[in-house]
Amino acid sequence: MKHVLRAATVLAAASMLAGSAAAQGTIKIGLILPYSGQFADTATQIDNGIKLYLKQHGDTVAGKKIEIIRKDAGGINPPVAKRLAQELVTRDAVDILAGFALTPNALAAADVSAEAKKFMVDMNAATAIVTTKSPYMVRTSFTVPQLNQTLGTWAVQRGIKNAYTMVTDYGPGIDAESAFDKGFKAAGGEIVGSVRMAVANPDFSAYVQRAKDLNPQGIFIMIPGGAQPGAFGKALAERGIDPKKTKVMGQMEITDEHALAAMGDVAIGMITAGHYDYNHKSKLNEEFVKAYNAEFKRNPDFFSVGGYDGMHLIFAALAKTKGNADGQVLVDAAKGLTWDSPRGPMAIDPETRDVVQNVYIRRVEKVDGKLVNVEIATIPNVKDPFKAAMKK
Amino acid sequence: MLPPIFGVLFDGFAYGMLLFLLSVGQSVTLGMMNFINLAHCSFAMLGGYVTVLLVNRYGWPFFAALPIAFLAAALASVAFERTLYRRLYRASDLDQVLLTIGITFISVAAAAYIFTTAQQPLQLPAYLRGSLSFMGLDFAVYRLILIGIALAITALLVACLEYTRFGAKIRAAVDNERMARGLGIDVDRAFALTFALGSGLAGLGGALAIEIVGLDPSFAFTYLVYVLIVVSVGGLGSIGGSFAAAAVLGISDIAGKYYVPQLGAFLIYLVMVGLLMWRPAGLFGKR
Amino acid sequence: MASAVATTASSPQAYLRSLARWKPIEIAFWLATLLPFALVPNYLSLASQIAIAGLFALSLDLILGYAGIVSLGHAAFFGIGAYTAGIISKYGWGEPISGLMASAALAGLVGWTTSFIIARFRHLALIMLTLGFGLLLAELANSMSWLTGGVDGLQGIHTWDLLGLFHFDLYGFTAYAYSLTVLFILFIVARRLINSPFGLALRGIRENWIRMPAIGAPSRAHIRAIYTIAAAMAGTAGALLAQTTETVSLDSLSFERSAELLVMLVLGGAGRLYGGLVGAIIFMVARDQFSGTTPQYWYFWIGVLLVAVVTLLPNGILGGLSNIAARWRKT
Repeated sequence: MKHVLRAATVLAAASMLAGSAAAQGTIKIGLILPYSGQFADTATQIDNGIKLYLKQHGDTVAGKKIEIIRKDAGGINPPVAKRLAQELVTRDAVDILAGFALTPNALAAADVSAEAKKFMVDMNAATAIVTTKSPYMVRTSFTVPQLNQTLGTWAVQRGIKNAYTMVTDYGPGIDAESAFDKGFKAAGGEIVGSVRMAVANPDFSAYVQRAKDLNPQGIFIMIPGGAQPGAFGKALAERGIDPKKTKVMGQMEITDEHALAAMGDVAIGMITAGHYDYNHKSKLNEEFVKAYNAEFKRNPDFFSVGGYDGMHLIFAALAKTKGNADGQVLVDAAKGLTWDSPRGPMAIDPETRDVVQNVYIRRVEKVDGKLVNVEIATIPNVKDPFKAAMKK
Repeated sequence: MLPPIFGVLFDGFAYGMLLFLLSVGQSVTLGMMNFINLAHCSFAMLGGYVTVLLVNRYGWPFFAALPIAFLAAALASVAFERTLYRRLYRASDLDQVLLTIGITFISVAAAAYIFTTAQQPLQLPAYLRGSLSFMGLDFAVYRLILIGIALAITALLVACLEYTRFGAKIRAAVDNERMARGLGIDVDRAFALTFALGSGLAGLGGALAIEIVGLDPSFAFTYLVYVLIVVSVGGLGSIGGSFAAAAVLGISDIAGKYYVPQLGAFLIYLVMVGLLMWRPAGLFGKR
Repeated sequence: MASAVATTASSPQAYLRSLARWKPIEIAFWLATLLPFALVPNYLSLASQIAIAGLFALSLDLILGYAGIVSLGHAAFFGIGAYTAGIISKYGWGEPISGLMASAALAGLVGWTTSFIIARFRHLALIMLTLGFGLLLAELANSMSWLTGGVDGLQGIHTWDLLGLFHFDLYGFTAYAYSLTVLFILFIVARRLINSPFGLALRGIRENWIRMPAIGAPSRAHIRAIYTIAAAMAGTAGALLAQTTETVSLDSLSFERSAELLVMLVLGGAGRLYGGLVGAIIFMVARDQFSGTTPQYWYFWIGVLLVAVVTLLPNGILGGLSNIAARWRKT
């Protein structure tokens, strides 16, 4: 029985190898994103970044044609993400797995990358440990500690001595809370209180009232992007917390373009840590934003740049390997790559395969009647502090 | 100076009214017509998009957009009622569930196609976003407006359904369709109108809710659970019940999150389970 | 269905025997489930997840289709099974079959405990209570992230080779064989249950639960029994998914999973043994195909499918087809 099964598996594998051999001149990328459901807009923006890169640079690299196969994971759904990754590898014979907006899905697909020895590019999922799950994985987005620990340290240096933390009670929220705490306390700050908020939470008034009762110098907040930042901003305004006096700090989602539009002027003075904003001042970024707007009639965000740089990384690595798409060869080529991105200089850490980049501290200001994130400090070439701590 | 508990009660009541405005339409269609319309939040979403379009793109005042949101949802629902829903008035509950879930899927895809998947923030004038200080507490203007509209709608609906000829016809048509027909009541028309009323209220609820809860295509699914909770706890067929249920749920949710944040995520469900085990037919339910 | 009872067979025993006989079409169905091995070996992972969804839908059918208990929180048991299997494996015992049994037992135990509450309620209150319990459990799993891994999912699951022989391969070969076997065994169990006097009593409860005790059938005890069985079966399905994919996350407990399950069952036809299986096959294949071509808007076509089925084939695909067949036979 065992032999029969093995034989059938080998047969199936052989038929698939024949499939990939027929397509000698192409390199297939399997793209797994949550195109439907709650996170559909994240997927859209990442995909837009990818589309723009392909439009600007053509779909051939090192003499190979790039073909993209898109799959919808439909929200947080690791079993489906893993199956899609399996099918992409076994059925569609892809050479590279890419995309991954959400950490649980990225972790599940990483198993497939590790087992099938396929190069994998994480274009968004930001939990620190993600890249440790497969030795063939690199990341082109950011990590939660990279931004928030940096923000914590910076806040104390700027004279914020005590803070209250408010995070959504889920993985990224808790990671952000501990990263901020770590940076804040190490620099001599004091956390005066904290609250973990329900995931499904359309109304923040109760939580904001708790923060207000303690009257801290700073409030650190981490909530999912989308509808919640707007609701949070309104709760701040209604409770009479003025970000110009009490420093309201957080990760970049809470002041993205749509959140700012929803919050209105109450957002002025909010401080966020981010690696990208469409308002970043550089020639490269101005061109990027212009091209993006021409193509998709909206501004890029940090999701878009994750997809855009992800494609750049794949192209650069393939150019280096002269079109060899073997997982080990590609990941070796990707290690240590550096390039100029619309976000600024970035690199792939050869040790951790994670992204090294500038962290920008930004403050919301009104410029020409429009609310934008203005960079007030740049902390250059930040590595993921979580993995640095793991090594010690 | 008022102690903070009044602020918490106020916020909770306002949150409850938000839930009420989102659910009152369902209280009409499910409660009175006994039709399980899981596409309810699709109509609310339609009202939301109409409002955003009118206010942001065409510069309409927010309050002028509200009646249009009501009408748009009501008209759209009549089209669906005439073509799809009416065939299923006597079908099994499960078929009604399947049909309306199907319509919800279609509406979500259509919204993503037309309006993109991005959040659609409503741009309101500053005076609607501030708050009024009274005896040391801040009362948000928008929340006051929500409470006012919710009270007005409750009064109007109760008066309309209990004390007018139209209300009597609807109740007759729902309670005993054959008898109503025999008395010369145009039952088809009564059903279509009731359905339009329910969906119109959904559209209005959506228009009012988006300022607080935001708007993107997943709206049609996200708030469905809350709507079902309010209607079931209130009791089928009772507008007043929905009002009371929404107030209790809203206040306990906000007060719970303030005083025992560790229980924050659980409270609304715990309250629902507790109330339903105590009164399975809902607070004011007859059946 | 009630009329079928009245028209066929002279004695109850003969009626039950006639139901229990395997029809050729059933045998053909089960033989067809082996076809993916030969025809579409690249789709075995999907086939495995369809088999799991089918088992899960079958478990819901036992309570919804046969006993009339509409549940919007059935994913609770699926999730309990999935987390049990995952946690056992994470802490060093990755043997699949014993893990499956432990998961079924725990899910069944929780099902039995809650059945005392479930059996007291009907109608909307029952639906909302199942929904409430499901949501509470999902929140609990989120807040107990030290045990469940929270929203990131449980990490470190490793399933040992099946029977010590078959590795769970990337192609899903072992996974499908394993899921299909478990599905088939539990299907036979369900089939026997339904075609027994107990199964008839359940249908009686569905039609009129107040009158059943009057003819000597204790409605509440029967509801408790079937609810426990369905919970254990749902737990098995969850454990299968956890073991074959080596992932478990909060989505296994989510309202969306309960709702999707209900859609699959109603689509196929509730109250029919094959309803859940057919619904799972059609829903998941349609989704795979639609989302392959238009990953951004596939649910539009799913919506069209659901609306079309309701308007053309009321009572689900199987219900509609059997209505048509009955009409055709008459003329």
